[in-house]
Amino acid sequence: MRILFKTSYDDDINLFKHNHHRFWYILLFVALLCLPFLISDYMVGEFTNVLIWALAGMGLMILVGQTGQASLGHAAFLAIGCYSNVILQSNFGLPFVISFPLAGLISGLAGVLLAIPTTRLHGIYLAIATLAASIIIEDIIVLAEPITGGVSGLYAPDINLFGYSINRYVDPSAFYWLTLGVVLIIVLFYKNLLRSPLGRAFAAVRDSEISAQAMGINVARTKAVSFGISTAITGLAGALMGHFAGIFTNETFNVIISITLLLMIVVGGVGSIHGAFFGAIIVAFLPQLLSFFRDWIGNTFELGSIVIPGLESAVFGCILIFFILFEPMGIYGMWLKLRTWFELFPFYRRDMFRRQKSYLKTERMR
Amino acid sequence: MSLLEVKNVTLKFGGVIAVNDVSFNVEEGEVFALVGPNGAGKSTLFNLISRFYDPFEGDIIFDGESLLKHPPHDIANLGIARTFQNIELFEQATVLQNLLVGRHRFRKTNMFSELMFLPSVKKKELENRAEVEKVIDFLDLHPYRDKYIAGLPYGVRKVVEMGRALAINPKLLLLDEPASGLSTEETQDVAFWVEDMKKQMGITILMVEHDMHLVASVSDRVLALSDGKMLAMGTPSEVQNHPAVIEAYIGASDDEAVA
Repeated sequence: MRILFKTSYDDDINLFKHNHHRFWYILLFVALLCLPFLISDYMVGEFTNVLIWALAGMGLMILVGQTGQASLGHAAFLAIGCYSNVILQSNFGLPFVISFPLAGLISGLAGVLLAIPTTRLHGIYLAIATLAASIIIEDIIVLAEPITGGVSGLYAPDINLFGYSINRYVDPSAFYWLTLGVVLIIVLFYKNLLRSPLGRAFAAVRDSEISAQAMGINVARTKAVSFGISTAITGLAGALMGHFAGIFTNETFNVIISITLLLMIVVGGVGSIHGAFFGAIIVAFLPQLLSFFRDWIGNTFELGSIVIPGLESAVFGCILIFFILFEPMGIYGMWLKLRTWFELFPFYRRDMFRRQKSYLKTERMR
Repeated sequence: MSLLEVKNVTLKFGGVIAVNDVSFNVEEGEVFALVGPNGAGKSTLFNLISRFYDPFEGDIIFDGESLLKHPPHDIANLGIARTFQNIELFEQATVLQNLLVGRHRFRKTNMFSELMFLPSVKKKELENRAEVEKVIDFLDLHPYRDKYIAGLPYGVRKVVEMGRALAINPKLLLLDEPASGLSTEETQDVAFWVEDMKKQMGITILMVEHDMHLVASVSDRVLALSDGKMLAMGTPSEVQNHPAVIEAYIGASDDEAVA
């Protein structure tokens, strides 16, 4: 069993709470760095996909998990990030090092623009407003055909990184490392956010707007900032997604992607960085896993190839229902329980994570 | 000049007059209590001072400046902290994080430096941490520092909420029923804390409270309200023995009813 010994109150601010933490996370990072040497190019591509989804998930997590605002429109910001990144490179000849952060910035600004009229909305109404934004962006992509290529889509150029050309099919490892680097930076930003005043303001807005206001937090502005940071990260994920896919159209970033993103972080565990990664693993590997089982069943029982349309969505839906019913904290919650079980062995009790009922809430002002 | 001046404030919700022409001054360094039956408008007055509502008529002046031109999120910056009748803590955060939110008004750093966690942010955060530790010391919250609010008992939550208000470093502290739902011992603790806040920290306190023992033991002056109207103002014993107050609480005596 690990016991956290603090020798100074100042320790609370450290990035790693524990030397063990530091050791394991550095080990994990080194393992991820070495991954391309150990597995096939195809699998490197799959892992890149996981990282990109996790990046998008972290973006949405800041909004949903930290600030408590629902969004069903994050595919729109994937699209904005993706299109602006490629257009800046192809039409304006900017190098990737400039177009990529700019794509994030543009996406973030679009998020703030959306936030200004919608921050007064709550829950389901906010979800509907963001859903509408998602649909509008899809239409705009079709209408703005001269720059976006309309329904025939756009090709992502090769990434030019300081004279070194990266194409994800030619050199999957290089693209993987690029993605890993971006993900690492965003994870650091996310961690920093959580231990700084802005992150606490997000949590305050999530848990009680009325007392956040009484603590001197400008609720509307905090929500807008949260939207901005969230959509900027999602935009970066979108830019990488464009390079990963090679070609994309208005259909690539449809409403289903928005919903998948939201479900992904719920399954992974809302409110934690781990949750974004766990969810991304499920979303990225579920189709592979299903086709593997399909082939296996087909071969073992000599049924030939089995095709069941919509199987993926159905299985994903079942997983979601399972988590909402039995593990609202998602895969990360399961992981926490497992870890506690081992740490406390044999003293773990079943009700350790049971939630208490909340007390009365002050009447809402709106 | 008084620290807080409430001048002829009236608030109506449709046809209901929640606060009717109420005026009082809170002097610097005193404990001022608002008492009255349920629905008298005490919490509404708090919400008016917090700027959650706009008064229909009248003005509220703090430190020589009208509060009415400030938006609600500015009130903490002016040095007015408050607690809520039905605890409004940030449930999915630890006690420490809750108290640190109270330090939000001292935030000098911007979003970008916070994302990078520059040395300036770290320095400021350590300063905040040290300030919050003083509050933890004062209220004996040591055992709960890293506990999530969602798992804490009611009595502790009340204290954490008071702590969060103290972390704001206020000039004026609004306590909305600090002793409701607390045991006798806990209520005594609250009484000691209120005394200490007044004497050691120099905080002026405006308090709504039903527990007349607590009111009598800590407050310098009391204002009794009923149906949004002022009934009586004065020392605790003056107000407790005022005929209008007795009538509001237990009804008129038989003699008067006959007469």
